[in-house]
Amino acid sequence: MSTTVATHIHDAHAHHDDGSKTLLGFWIYLMSDCLIFSVLFATFGVLAANTAGGPSGKELFELPYVFGETMLLLISSFTFGGAMLAMNAGRKNQVVAWLLVTFVFGAGFIGMELYEFAKLIHEGAGPNRSAFLSAYFTLVGTHGLHVTCGLIWILIMTHMVARFGLDGVVKRRLSCLSLFWHFLDLVWICVFTFVYLRGVL
Amino acid sequence: MFGKLSLDAVPYHEPIIMGTLAIIVLGGIAVLAAITRYGKWGYLWKEWFTSVDHKRIGVMYIIMALVMLLRGFADAIMMRLQQALASNDAAGYLPPHHYDQIFTAHGVIMIFFMAMPFIIGLMNIIVPLQIGARDVAYPFLNSLSFWLSAVGVILIMLSMFVGDFAATGWLAYPPLSELGYSPTVGVDYYIWALQISGLGTTLTGINFIVTILRMRAPGMSLMQMPVFTWTALVANVLIVAAFPVLTATLALLTADRYLDMHFFTNELGGNAMMYINLIWVWGHPEVYILILPCFGAFSEIISTFSGKPLFGYKSMVYATVSIGVLSFMVWLHHFFTMGSGANVNAFFGIMTMIISVPTGVKLFNWLFTMYRGRIRFTAPVYWTIGFMVTFVIGGVTGVLMAVPAADFVLHNSLFLIAHFHNVIIGGVVFGCIAAMNFWFPKAFGFTLNEKLGKASFWCWLVGFYLAFMPVYVLGFKGMTRRMNHYANPEWHPYLVVAFIGAVVIMAGIALTVLQLAVSIKDRKKNLDLTGDPWGGRTLEWSTSSPPPFYNFAHVPKITSLEHYWDEKESGKAAQVGRYEDIHMPRNTGAGVIIAGFGFLLTFGLVWHIWWLAIIGLAGMIGTFIARSYDRDVDYYVSAKEVERIESAHFTQMKEVA
Repeated sequence: MSTTVATHIHDAHAHHDDGSKTLLGFWIYLMSDCLIFSVLFATFGVLAANTAGGPSGKELFELPYVFGETMLLLISSFTFGGAMLAMNAGRKNQVVAWLLVTFVFGAGFIGMELYEFAKLIHEGAGPNRSAFLSAYFTLVGTHGLHVTCGLIWILIMTHMVARFGLDGVVKRRLSCLSLFWHFLDLVWICVFTFVYLRGVL
Repeated sequence: MFGKLSLDAVPYHEPIIMGTLAIIVLGGIAVLAAITRYGKWGYLWKEWFTSVDHKRIGVMYIIMALVMLLRGFADAIMMRLQQALASNDAAGYLPPHHYDQIFTAHGVIMIFFMAMPFIIGLMNIIVPLQIGARDVAYPFLNSLSFWLSAVGVILIMLSMFVGDFAATGWLAYPPLSELGYSPTVGVDYYIWALQISGLGTTLTGINFIVTILRMRAPGMSLMQMPVFTWTALVANVLIVAAFPVLTATLALLTADRYLDMHFFTNELGGNAMMYINLIWVWGHPEVYILILPCFGAFSEIISTFSGKPLFGYKSMVYATVSIGVLSFMVWLHHFFTMGSGANVNAFFGIMTMIISVPTGVKLFNWLFTMYRGRIRFTAPVYWTIGFMVTFVIGGVTGVLMAVPAADFVLHNSLFLIAHFHNVIIGGVVFGCIAAMNFWFPKAFGFTLNEKLGKASFWCWLVGFYLAFMPVYVLGFKGMTRRMNHYANPEWHPYLVVAFIGAVVIMAGIALTVLQLAVSIKDRKKNLDLTGDPWGGRTLEWSTSSPPPFYNFAHVPKITSLEHYWDEKESGKAAQVGRYEDIHMPRNTGAGVIIAGFGFLLTFGLVWHIWWLAIIGLAGMIGTFIARSYDRDVDYYVSAKEVERIESAHFTQMKEVA
């Protein structure tokens, strides 16, 4: 019996359930996602000046507000780091706690973004006003959509950690989610720089 | 309640469409009845639809591709007939609106739903076998990819009978594809069919990169991979690098059409040329995604049937990789007439000429492989030689158009049409059929009828030249593409010859179908009992035909580039020894179910039936999450079972010997 178990473990490493394969695949997925964002950034770059007589970024963007939003997301990345540290230490309850904290900050970010969007639309600066605003809403909105998916994923992972504990599958998925979450942070820093900072200049 | 959908969406007044619908419905009923009659539903569901076996998924891809080849070709011959008729006072039989949909559907189907599934199917069947793996990296995603592509096929077929299809040309250039000029659901069908199948393709790309990088048999270094696997690797890298651009570009067009945005509109600051740039940033690598694996297949075929190792393996690999890199630097040659200035045009013109160099390297490699080889003239070799001659002509006309000044004259003319059909038919179609003839025994355990295969080849070859050489001439005579009617009588004879060429190609397709039918009927006579019917050189021929579901009882330890060939030469090919339990993924219906919800989502979006779209999206996400809670995704095949299957194969081999 013990020999068969040993073979299984050996085989498992050789063919399936090998976490490194999933992580590599997830990296490649992130790079493909990165290309989607590149297209949106390039589009924004081309269209940023095409305000068609409508409001420009300088008139619309409120830097302090967006800075607050940014801080929420950056802190959420930090707290996700806490979750990963707890995972490596094998502390299940701490992982759940950190994930929930991350969720709250992420949800705060999305809430602020939605409020900003609503305000812009209310002021008559909706996505159908000009090519600039179309590009702005699509780029920032696509990032927001990603964060929303991340939030759903965080909730599911919270449940999985609570239900299955920190086994191989859960750890692997948490590592992927961690990559995803930090990736969105990086994208947001580009958004902050190229959309908002450049916009108010 | 049903958005834009009403009974008026069905084109009752179009006899051609209704006739086709009748044939499809009757044929469909016949197939479904036969499946029910013979009680095969359970078998199909358990062994095929829910299968995560890469070989079966590959077979399903190729069946889909062959079916779509028939549809795409029906479109082609209808266009040829229309142009052969509609000269001067004659209007032909296709009204412009219908004709425009046909040329759009022809292009979309042939690229996305014929060539792509064929190539992905081949990679599915062959790549894991060539690298000594038991499956792909993510078997469930593989199944999902296939079913998402299938939803794309269903949407595009449905568009013929419910609503209409885009009448914009195969890349749906704005502003024509914007809501103002294309108010019907045609472009929406186009967008969602490509989006959902494109998602599947991207997942396939990721899957195969990881498979090839991480699951090669021990000892197989990158420079010991068979050339087909190399080309598959580069093609998949191109997929992952190019398809997200297509996804994003189509999403922007969707935003214009659904959310009243202004990316590509004429008013409020939109810029249509941006779409054309973006779509070709995807579009040019796409043609290399299609042709590279075909180059790989030709390499395997020519080396096997010349009885020699491939000449210049390393240069072949470097050529493949450089084509992959360069393919991202030539996109602007599709629209030199944009007006980006002489310097920009010169850059892209020169890059285009440079990319032909590695392709030339490959041709010389194939020639030198044949040189002093003992060539066996089987059907796959016919296709390969036909390809080598035809593709060179297509490549030369391509380089001709790479000169921006020449392109200003030839842009949008039939010369361009002849050029890309020359490379796509001569390269991709010939490649796919050659590969099908070559690897068919591996997938099914019996060889295809040689005589009919060769007859099909001659029809395709002769038909191709008859159909497209006149089209080159017409391009020089100033005929532009996509014409429903023309008033220049000088063009008429050429178009009649082109139509005759299309009829000869039709005979070629009919012979391929006949070849399949006859081979299946006579399968007992043509069994491949050894697993190595051609004297192959790569690893896929070392296992039985068809391979057991686990591919290899023992994962081989690779010591050289032509490991299997060297083992055969030194008489070590048959491996025996103690069997071990084999770890395999379990079949799952999740892929079919997610794709089913995907159909509801996309159909709802096409017709603005929002509740249906929400159900579809929620279903897709919900099923995916439910699947992530399923912990019983794999199992072990017992060593005893492996031994039973393997000894049956060995007994068979001994009987043959």
